Amino acid sequence: MAQQSGMVEKHGLGLWMTHALMILGVLVIFFPIWLAFVASTVSQPEIVSPPMPIWPGDLFWENYKAALFAGVNVPVATMLFNSLVMAIGIAVGKIIISLLSAFAIVYFRFPLRNTFFWMIFLTLMLPVEVRIVPTFEVIAGFGMLNTYQGLILPLIASATATFLFRQFFLTIPDELAEAARVDGARPMRFFVDIVIPMSRTNIAALFVILFIYGWNQYLWPLLITTDPSMNTIVMGIKQMFPSGDDVAEWPVIMATSILAMIPPVIVVVSMQKLFVRGLVDSEK
Amino acid sequence: MEKRVIFRGWALPLLLIAPQVIISGIFFFYPAGQAIWQSLFIPDPFGLSAQFVGLGNFEFLLSDRFYRASFITTAVFSILVTLCSMIPALFLAVLADRLIKGSGMYRTLLIWPYAVAPAVAGVLWLFMFNTRVGVVSWYLGQLGYDWNHVLNGGEAMGLVVVASAWGRISYNFLFFFAALQSVPRSVIEAAAIDGARFWKRFFSIVLPLITPTAFFLLVVNVVYAFFETFGVIHTITAGGPQQSTTILVYKVFSDGFVGQDLGSSSAQSVILLFVVGLLTVIQFKYVEKRVHY
Repeated sequence: MAQQSGMVEKHGLGLWMTHALMILGVLVIFFPIWLAFVASTVSQPEIVSPPMPIWPGDLFWENYKAALFAGVNVPVATMLFNSLVMAIGIAVGKIIISLLSAFAIVYFRFPLRNTFFWMIFLTLMLPVEVRIVPTFEVIAGFGMLNTYQGLILPLIASATATFLFRQFFLTIPDELAEAARVDGARPMRFFVDIVIPMSRTNIAALFVILFIYGWNQYLWPLLITTDPSMNTIVMGIKQMFPSGDDVAEWPVIMATSILAMIPPVIVVVSMQKLFVRGLVDSEK
Repeated sequence: MEKRVIFRGWALPLLLIAPQVIISGIFFFYPAGQAIWQSLFIPDPFGLSAQFVGLGNFEFLLSDRFYRASFITTAVFSILVTLCSMIPALFLAVLADRLIKGSGMYRTLLIWPYAVAPAVAGVLWLFMFNTRVGVVSWYLGQLGYDWNHVLNGGEAMGLVVVASAWGRISYNFLFFFAALQSVPRSVIEAAAIDGARFWKRFFSIVLPLITPTAFFLLVVNVVYAFFETFGVIHTITAGGPQQSTTILVYKVFSDGFVGQDLGSSSAQSVILLFVVGLLTVIQFKYVEKRVHY
C-alpha cells in the first residue's frame, strides 16, 4: 500500500503541527517525573524555599546514596529487594499455578471439573481491596504478617492468568495431543515438551503484566508489613513523610520515588511488544 | 469450546488443579465468606462476642449520611477520572495515527506513566501541589490563586482525579492507538477522495469504528477508578478534607482498619462485591461481543 498516498497523512505545515502537539503532550505528561528527578538532585533548602529549580543540581550521588543506604525508616535498598521478591513471587507463582490448572481443565475430564472451573471464574470478580479485613485476619492467623508468603499468596488467588492460558491451550491443534497419546507419552511429558514451549510468548507477556501488578501493590503491603524492614518501596515512600509538622526530606523522598519507578519502567519499555500484547490479552 | 483429545485419569488433574483451588479457597473464598458472615453481626467493643443483626448493618449504611456521600463522591470521582484519562488519550492517539514516522517513539515515551504505581503518582502530584514547597501551587500563588487542597475539598478532588488519570492516559492511548491503526485505510481514503475533511472523516467514519474500544475502556476505567486508586488517595488526601475524597474502597479501609468497625466494614465489602459483580456482568455481556482487535 502506498505509504506516501498524500490523501490522509499530513504533510508540510500540518505534519509539523502534529509533531509539535505530540511533543507538547509528551512534555506535559513527563513533567511530574522530570520535577521528581530534579528534586532528587538538589538540596533540601533549595526545595523548601519555592520555587524550586527546574534543572538538575549536583547532589545526585549524595541524595541517592542517602536514600539507598540510609533511607528514613529503613534503607531503600532493603525496600527494593522486598519489592523485587514480591513482584517476582507474584508473577512466577501465578503463572505456575495457572499453567497447571489450565492444563488440567483443558486436557482432562475429572469429577467436579465444572465446579472448579466456576470457582476459579468467580475469583475474577473480587479485587483484594474489597476483602481486605477478612484476608488480613487469615494471614494474621497463619502468622504470616511481615513475611514474603503473606505478601505474595493472597495476590495470586485470582483467575485472569488461568483464563488466558485456557484460551490459548484450546487453540493448540488436537493432532499434537493425539500424536503424543499414540506415542504413549505421559500427560506431563506432553505438558513439558509441547505445551510449555508453545506458550512461551504468552508466559512472557503475562510475566510483564504481573510483575508490574505486583510491584505497584500498595494497600496490601501497607496492612501486613508492620515491620519497616519488610516494607516494599511503593508503600514505603508514604512512610517516609513525617507525621505532624516536621518538614519532609524531599530530596530523599523524591530519589526514592524515582528508584521505585525505574524497575517497572525498564520492564515496560524494554519489553514493549510483549507488554502491549499481554495488556490486550489479559483484558480481553 | 472443548478439546476432542483428552488424557485419561482423574488423580493427576486433581493434583494439577489443587494449588489454585487451595489458594483460592484459603485466600479468596474463605475471606469473602467471612465478609458476608461478619456483615450480619455487630461485634461488641471488646471483640469478644458479636450480636446477630441480620441486615441491620446494611440498613444502617444505606441510611447513613456519610456512606451515601461516599457513594456520590465515588461516582463523581470515577466519571472525572474516566473523562480526564480518555479524552487526552484519544487526542494523542489521533495525532500519533496521523504520523507515518515517529509514532513508535512517541508510544515508547507515552507508555512510561503506566509503569508508575498509583501511590508513586500520588507522591509526584502531591509534591507539585504541596502547599509549602509545591512548584505549581507556588506559581498559582503568584497569580493570586491561593491553592490549598488540605482545606478545600474541591481542590482535593481535582488533585486526586488528575493524579489518578495521569497514569491511565498511557493505557488508554495504547488501546485507542491500536484501534485507530486497525481502521481500514481504504475506507478513510475513499472518504477523502469524496472530499470529506479530517474532522468530518473523524466523526462520521473513524469514531463509530472505534466505539467498541471506547466502550470497553469506559468500563475498564470505571473499574480502575473504583478499586485501584486507593494508593493515590491515601498518599495525597487520606480521604479528606471532611471526607470529600473518601471513595467507597477507601471507606472500607478507614472504617475497618482505622475505625475498627468490622460489621460495617464487612457490609461495605459486600456492597462493593455487588458493584464489582455488576460491572463484570456489563463488561462480559456488552463489551466482550463488540470489541474486536
